[in-house]
Amino acid sequence: MQNKSIAQMAAELRLRTYSSVELTRHYLERIARLDPRLNSFISVASESALAAAERADRAIASGDAGPLAGIPIAHKDIFCTAGIKTSCGSRMLDNFVAPYDATVVERLAAAGAVVLGKTNMDEFAMGSSNETSFYGPVHNPWDADRVPGGSSGGSAAAVAARLCAAATGTDTGGSIRQPAALCGITGIKPTYGRCSRWGMIAFASSLDQAGVLARSAADAACLLDEMAGFDPRDSTSADVAVPDYVDALDDDIAGLRIGLPKEYFGEGLDPRVAASVQDAIKEYERLGAKVKEISLPNSPLSVPVYYVVAPAECSSNLARFDGVRYGHRCENPKDLEDLYKRSRAEGFGAEVQRRIMIGTYVLSAGYYDAYYLKAQQIRQLIAADFARAFEEVDVIMGPTAPTTAFPLGAKMDDPVAMYLNDIYTIATNLAGLPGMSIPVEPVEGLPVGLQIIGNAFQEARLLNVAHRFQHVTHWHQGAPSGFE
Amino acid sequence: MSLDASDIEKIAHLARLEIAPESIERYAADLSNILDLVAQMDAVDTTGVEPMAHPLHMSQRLRPDRVSEHDRRELFQAIAPLTEDGLYLVPKVID
Amino acid sequence: MQWETVIGLEIHTQLATQSKIFSGAATAFGAPPNTQACAIDLGLPGVLPVLNAEAVRLAVRFGKAIGAAVAPRSVFARKNYFYPDLPKGYQISQYELPIVGEGRVEIVLGDGAVKSIGVTRAHLEEDAGKSLHEENLAGGGYTGIDLNRAGTPLLEIVSEPDMRTPQEAVAYARKIHQLVRWIGISDGNMQEGSFRVDANVSVRPLGQTRFGTRTEIKNLNSFRFIERAIQFEVERQIDVIEGGGTIVQETRLYDPERDETRPMRSKEEANDYRYFPDPDLLPVELDVAFIVDAVADLPELPDSMRERFHTQYGLGEYDASLLTTGRELAQYFEAVVQATAEPKLAANWVNGELAAALNRSEIEIAQSPVSAAMLAGLIHRIQDGTVSGKLAKQVFEAMWSGEGDADSVIQARGLRQITDSGELEALIAAIVAANPGQVEQYRAGKDKVFGFFVGQVMKESKGKANPQQVNEILMRVLASD
Repeated sequence: MQNKSIAQMAAELRLRTYSSVELTRHYLERIARLDPRLNSFISVASESALAAAERADRAIASGDAGPLAGIPIAHKDIFCTAGIKTSCGSRMLDNFVAPYDATVVERLAAAGAVVLGKTNMDEFAMGSSNETSFYGPVHNPWDADRVPGGSSGGSAAAVAARLCAAATGTDTGGSIRQPAALCGITGIKPTYGRCSRWGMIAFASSLDQAGVLARSAADAACLLDEMAGFDPRDSTSADVAVPDYVDALDDDIAGLRIGLPKEYFGEGLDPRVAASVQDAIKEYERLGAKVKEISLPNSPLSVPVYYVVAPAECSSNLARFDGVRYGHRCENPKDLEDLYKRSRAEGFGAEVQRRIMIGTYVLSAGYYDAYYLKAQQIRQLIAADFARAFEEVDVIMGPTAPTTAFPLGAKMDDPVAMYLNDIYTIATNLAGLPGMSIPVEPVEGLPVGLQIIGNAFQEARLLNVAHRFQHVTHWHQGAPSGFE
Repeated sequence: MSLDASDIEKIAHLARLEIAPESIERYAADLSNILDLVAQMDAVDTTGVEPMAHPLHMSQRLRPDRVSEHDRRELFQAIAPLTEDGLYLVPKVID
Repeated sequence: MQWETVIGLEIHTQLATQSKIFSGAATAFGAPPNTQACAIDLGLPGVLPVLNAEAVRLAVRFGKAIGAAVAPRSVFARKNYFYPDLPKGYQISQYELPIVGEGRVEIVLGDGAVKSIGVTRAHLEEDAGKSLHEENLAGGGYTGIDLNRAGTPLLEIVSEPDMRTPQEAVAYARKIHQLVRWIGISDGNMQEGSFRVDANVSVRPLGQTRFGTRTEIKNLNSFRFIERAIQFEVERQIDVIEGGGTIVQETRLYDPERDETRPMRSKEEANDYRYFPDPDLLPVELDVAFIVDAVADLPELPDSMRERFHTQYGLGEYDASLLTTGRELAQYFEAVVQATAEPKLAANWVNGELAAALNRSEIEIAQSPVSAAMLAGLIHRIQDGTVSGKLAKQVFEAMWSGEGDADSVIQARGLRQITDSGELEALIAAIVAANPGQVEQYRAGKDKVFGFFVGQVMKESKGKANPQQVNEILMRVLASD
C-alpha cells in the first residue's frame, strides 16, 4: 500500500478500495513499528490524524472531497500547527503549541490531506545532517549509521522509509534537496515567494522557502498544486498565477536545453557521484535534450555569502525567543539580563548559537560593510550568473550534494566541512530560484541526487523534466531494505 | 579573521547568550574558521555593484487599514511562562 | 564664558490609523492589557508583517505639509535590541531610506520674529509596548508587560539641530503638534502618549562651530516638561564643563517631580543596533497616483493661513498666529468672518471671550457651546447697535450657558439698547432734576461732574443706554438753561 503513488491512492480512496482511516492506520502502524530505527518523527498525531481521515472518508462519500482527501502526509516541525506541538527541533520550543496553522498546513488540510505528525529536523533548520536536533539525530533508512541530510532530514527519511505518502520541508540553503538526495527521494524547493512563509518559523527570511519531499515528481506535483499561491499574510508572497503542475508533467522535453555548470563538476565532487550524475544526463540526451557546458563563475562564493546572509537574518529572527511570551524560560532568573541569557543559552543548541553569534558579529558596528553589504553585492553577481545562463538554457543540472550520505558524527566537530555540503544548492536560494533533486543511480547502495535548477516560477518545467526521467528510469522506486 | 575570548564575550552579550567560560575558546575557534571561509569574499571586486537584499524584485504590497484581529489573550497567554492580570511578567526592569 | 545651546528634537507621533502598522489589531487607547496584541504584535514564531496603506498615506501627507520630498522608494529596516516591551527583539523602522526627506517649518518666537527650523527626515516605524512597574505583581520583584501599544504606527520626525533655546524647542514642538493635528494624521494626545519628544541637547562656547557632546533626553510628554528638562540639562552641562568635567554622550530621563534629568539605566551600555533591511518586507515604492491621492484633500496649511489672515483681514501677527494654532479654530474664525464681514471684531471675540471660556471649561473648540453662527449673530447685534459692547459680554456668557442664540438672550433678558431718544430724554431730565448740586458744579466749570451724570444714566438704564446718545443729550440738557 505504501508504495503506491499519491494519484493511485487518491483514485483507490475514491473507489473505496480502502478507506482513509485504513490507510492512515497503516501508516501509523508503520511509524510505530519502524520509526524507532530512524527517529524521523518528533510528534505523531494519531488521534487528530484518524479524525481527519474520518472526515476525509465522509467527504469522499459525499462527493465533495478535496484533491488530497485522505492522503496521509507529514509536516516538517518548522510549520506551525494548531493543536500539535511545533518545536522546530529545539529545546526552546519543546513546550510550544502554536495558536495557528501555517498557510501551507492550512492549504494542505483544505485539500483533505491527513497529517500523521511532525518530522524531525536540524534545530531551527540549521544543519545539513539532522544532527543538531534537540530530539536526537535522524538515521538514514539506507544505512542507519549515516545521516539523512538536513535540515529536512526527518521528512526525507520518513518519505524514503514509506512512513508517509509525502512530507513538507523547507529549504534555506539546500534543506529539501540535499536530504532528498541523501535519502533517495524527490524534493522540490520552489521559487522564493511561491509558497507562503506565514506560520513557517523563520530561519533566514530572504532565503527560506517551503517545498515538498516525495517519492516522485508526480507526487510532489500533487502537493505543490495545493501549497503554492499568493497569500496576503506574507508580504514576500508572489502574486503570480500558479499553473497546474500535474497537468504539465507529461509535456514533451525533446529539445530541452540543459546547462551543466563547469563549477559544479570540479574539485570536491566525489567522482562516483559525478559519474552517476553524468549517466543521468546521458539519459536526458536520449530523451531529446541538448546539453551544453555553462559557467556560473561566482557560484563558488555562494557558501561564504550564505554564511554571512543567513546568520545575519537568523540572529535577528531568533531574537524573539527570549523566555517572555512563549518557549523556554530559565529557572529563577535573577534579573532581566539573566532571564534572556540563560533562557537563550539553555534553549538553543551549539550550532544555533554559533550562527546567532556570527550573524550578530557581521551586522555589528564597523563590520556591516565588509561583511553584510559585501555579501549582498556578491549575491547580486551570483543572481546575475543565473540570469545570463538562462538566456541560453532552459534548466541547469548538476549534482545535488558532493558526496553520498556521510556517517553520523563525521562532520559534527567541523562546522565549515559541514557547510560545504551545500556548495551546489546554496546559490539557488541566494538567487531565489527553484531547484529539485531526483534520485539517480546509487553509489555502493547509497542514493545520489541529480539537481535540476530552473528560472524563477518554472516549477512546472522542473517537475515535468523530473517526471520524464522518472518515466523511463526506476531509481526513484527503490526502497531501502527493511522499509519496502 | 581571528576572534578572541573578549570578542566572543562581547558578541554573546549583544546576542544575549550566556556562554560557559569553558566554551569560549571553542566558540572563538569555530567562529574564526567560519570567518576565514567568509573571507573568500574579499577577493571579489564589487565596486559599483548594487547590493541585493532580497530575491524578489517586487515592491511592498499595502494592506487596507482594517481591524481584523480581535482579543485572543487567553489563548496566547496559555503558552506564556509567567503572566498575571493579563500582563507578561519579567524580572523587575529599571529605566 | 558665554555658552550657546544647541537643540535638536526627535518627535514620535502616533498615526491615526484604525489598525496597527503591520497587523490587523486595533490601535484604540486604553484597552485591558494585551487584548489588542495579536500574534504579529506578540512576535509569535512564523508570523509576518504586512504594511498598512493608511500609515503610508499619512506619512506622505506630512511630507507634503513640510515641503519635503516623499521618497518614491523607501525601505524598512530592523533595529535590533533586547527589551521586554519589544517582542521581536527588533523594531521595524526605516534607516537609510526614509519615506520623508528634508523639509522645513517656521516657528514664531516671543518677539514675533519668524525662524525656520529644518526637518532632516521623517520615517515610519512601529511603537513598542509598555512596561508597567507595579509593586505587587506576582508578589513583587516583577515588571508587567502590556503589548497593546506594540505595532502602533509612529512617524518619527527628526529635526536639524537648529534650536538655540528651550523656548525655541517648545515652539518647534508646538508647531509640529499643530501640524500633525491640522492635517489629520495624529490626534496628538500627549497624555495618552500619541506625541512624544526626545531632545538632543548640547552646549558650546559662543562662536565655536563644532558641536559639543550631546545627551538625549527621552520621552518628554508635555510642552512644559520639554522646556524644563532642556533648561535643567543645559545648566547641568554648563556646570559640568565649567567644573572641569566633560559631558558623556548618554540617554537621560527627565523626572518632573525633582525637575532634573538623570542617566537612563537601561541605556547605560553603548548601543549597537545592527540595522539591516527587513527581509520580511519589500521596498515601498509609491507611484504618483498614490501620492496625489494622499495629499488631494490636504487643507490650507497653518503658515499660509496665518499669512492670509494678516494680508486679507489685516490682522496683526499675534492675532493671526493665535487663530491658526488649530484647524478647527481657524475654520471657526473664518465662518464668523464670512457671516459678519468684521474680521477684527471676530478676531477679538475668538481670541478674547471665546478663548477664555474654552480655557476655563477645558474644552476644545469643537465642543464649544457657542457655535460660529451664534457668535456671528452676536456680532451682528453689536454692529446694528442692538447691544452695547459691554452687554454683549453678558449675552455671550448667557449663550455659553445654553440660554439660546443672541437674539433670544437679548429678548429674554431685556438687554436691548435704549435708542429711543424720547425715553432717554425723560430719563436724563429726571436725573438732572434730582441732582441740582451737581448741575451747579458742572455749570461752574467742573467738567468731571459730567462723568457722574453718565454713570447715573447707565445705572438707571441698567447699562442699556446707548453711550453716544447719552453723551449728546446730556451735553445739550446741561448746557441749556
